[in-house]
Amino acid sequence: MSTATSIRPRTRSAAAKDERHPQRWLAWAFLAPTVVGMGLFTLLPIVASLALAFFRWDIISPPTFVGFDNFAEVVQDPTVRVSFLNTIMFVIVAVALQLGVALALAIMVQEKLPAWLRVFFRSAFFFPLILSAASVSIFMRYLFNEQFGVVNWLLSFVGIPAVPWLTTPGGSAAVVILVYVWQNFGFSFLLFIGGLASIPNETYEAAALDGATGLRKHLHVTLPLLSPTTLVASVMAIINALQVFDQPYVLTRGGPGDSTRTAVMVIFESAFQRLEFGQASAIGVILTIIILAITAAQLRLSKRFVFYQ
Amino acid sequence: MTTISERAEAPGSNAAHGRRNRIARNLGPRNRTMRKRTRNWSTLGRVLLLLIATVLVLGPVLWTLSTSLRPPAESFQLPPSFLPLEPDFTSYQQVFKQLNIMLLVLNSALVTGLIAVGQMATAALAGYAFANLRFRGRQALFSIVLATMMVPAQVTIVPIFMLIRGMGLSDTLLALILPAIPTAFGTFLMRQYFLGLPADLGEAAAIDGASPWRTFRSVYAPLAMPGLAIVGILAFNYHWNEFFRPLILTISEQNFTLPLGLVSLQGNLGTGSISVVLAGVVLSMIPALVVFLFGQRALQAGLTAGSGK
Repeated sequence: MSTATSIRPRTRSAAAKDERHPQRWLAWAFLAPTVVGMGLFTLLPIVASLALAFFRWDIISPPTFVGFDNFAEVVQDPTVRVSFLNTIMFVIVAVALQLGVALALAIMVQEKLPAWLRVFFRSAFFFPLILSAASVSIFMRYLFNEQFGVVNWLLSFVGIPAVPWLTTPGGSAAVVILVYVWQNFGFSFLLFIGGLASIPNETYEAAALDGATGLRKHLHVTLPLLSPTTLVASVMAIINALQVFDQPYVLTRGGPGDSTRTAVMVIFESAFQRLEFGQASAIGVILTIIILAITAAQLRLSKRFVFYQ
Repeated sequence: MTTISERAEAPGSNAAHGRRNRIARNLGPRNRTMRKRTRNWSTLGRVLLLLIATVLVLGPVLWTLSTSLRPPAESFQLPPSFLPLEPDFTSYQQVFKQLNIMLLVLNSALVTGLIAVGQMATAALAGYAFANLRFRGRQALFSIVLATMMVPAQVTIVPIFMLIRGMGLSDTLLALILPAIPTAFGTFLMRQYFLGLPADLGEAAAIDGASPWRTFRSVYAPLAMPGLAIVGILAFNYHWNEFFRPLILTISEQNFTLPLGLVSLQGNLGTGSISVVLAGVVLSMIPALVVFLFGQRALQAGLTAGSGK
């Protein structure tokens, strides 16, 4: 009997191999929640957002098809233009700062250091990532207060008069960048730590024998070998920074004037304050295209310039 | 150091010989102590720089904590306080009076907890199907899941808002929970995790007569707990801190989550009692702090998981 049962399933599964996969029903049952959920809450909204960009709709009256009007209006709208310019400037400065700080700190932490100190620094730099951007912006707004803020109080010791951080365009932009980088550099830092750990020690030993030390070692050994990590870290940082919202919303509400208004803030305002859902979608489509273009560029770049071992 | 050894090279010696000379020189006793001394100095400088960075990162958080423990009337007075030497809990009593903070905590906990559990369940099932079950269209479907990760959440918020309205869920906690449960990133993470588990286990279970469901339930799911923990902790950290979606999808204060409640509290109060706002901020940080203390490794692993190939 035991021989009969052991043979039978084998022949049956051999037959089933031809008539497609026997586990497909279980597979689809397992996939159902994710497929239905993502279809409803991700794919449908993506398609709807794309379609909505070609309609004028305020929720109250029925939507009317307007072709590319939304895009034309959005591109000419001075507020939208300024916001995209702000976002691009923000991305350039914040990402450069974030990557520079993260890389410098990662190299310093990865070099010879007592293990407990390394763990301490790593945890400390990671810490801001677990906080909410809204909470961080709440207390940073107090720290950058012109009259009573700690930042200006500290600066007064070096003889710098009170900086009008949150009431001038330049000051506000600086605060938004600093607060954003303060919270997010730890993410790039972690990526760099991982990248540095994967560089084999022998490479450094060989470089040391050839007389490369200190800064030269990092310039000629670390940076080239780290380029895959740098590419990934910069693309992730750029994509995240393009979507900045919480910090400028809580810190400055986009002001003074439009000086710290960002692309996502404009989406939020045109949809949920002015009820121009079509225009909001058009701005969203433009932002998505920019993000997709950067992702595509990453793929091409990683094939051409990045140095793999 | 290199220049000295190069100059010391005997004229006429070939390059290989010179290099060997240099190596021998570097291993010499006098040179080693010199190198050690310079290394000690550079290590000290490095640790000093790292400590400055740590102060810049942790200082604002310490200020927040100690200011929340000052009497409200003194909270914005200079000099600031960085260490709570004489803690005063008036602000904590005040924040319970001025803000229905218990309700905010409850809302945040409910939303975050249900999203985390929902993501763990759906991601485990879908990840397992993609990794271990065979069905037609597996590759294509997985590519679609991955592709959705590239579209920013802020872009799909307008259609999601409409969808939630259409479902009659406007201004409910379910409006925050349901769309956040299907997770492309969690599915990706769990697929990788299941792929990393040995395939023989499933084959052995099948030979012993276990059904595909039993194989999942009793063999693979228990082994995937560390991966599930990563998905859960990531979901918790992200949604506990999230600001953008609650800002749009909730309207009445009874449905606010913590970050939203705190930002509105900051808007309502003048700068006179910042310690009350900061007390709320500190309270909202506690769960994140618990995650930081006990789940830091899982959180770091999860955050950087999307960067590797």
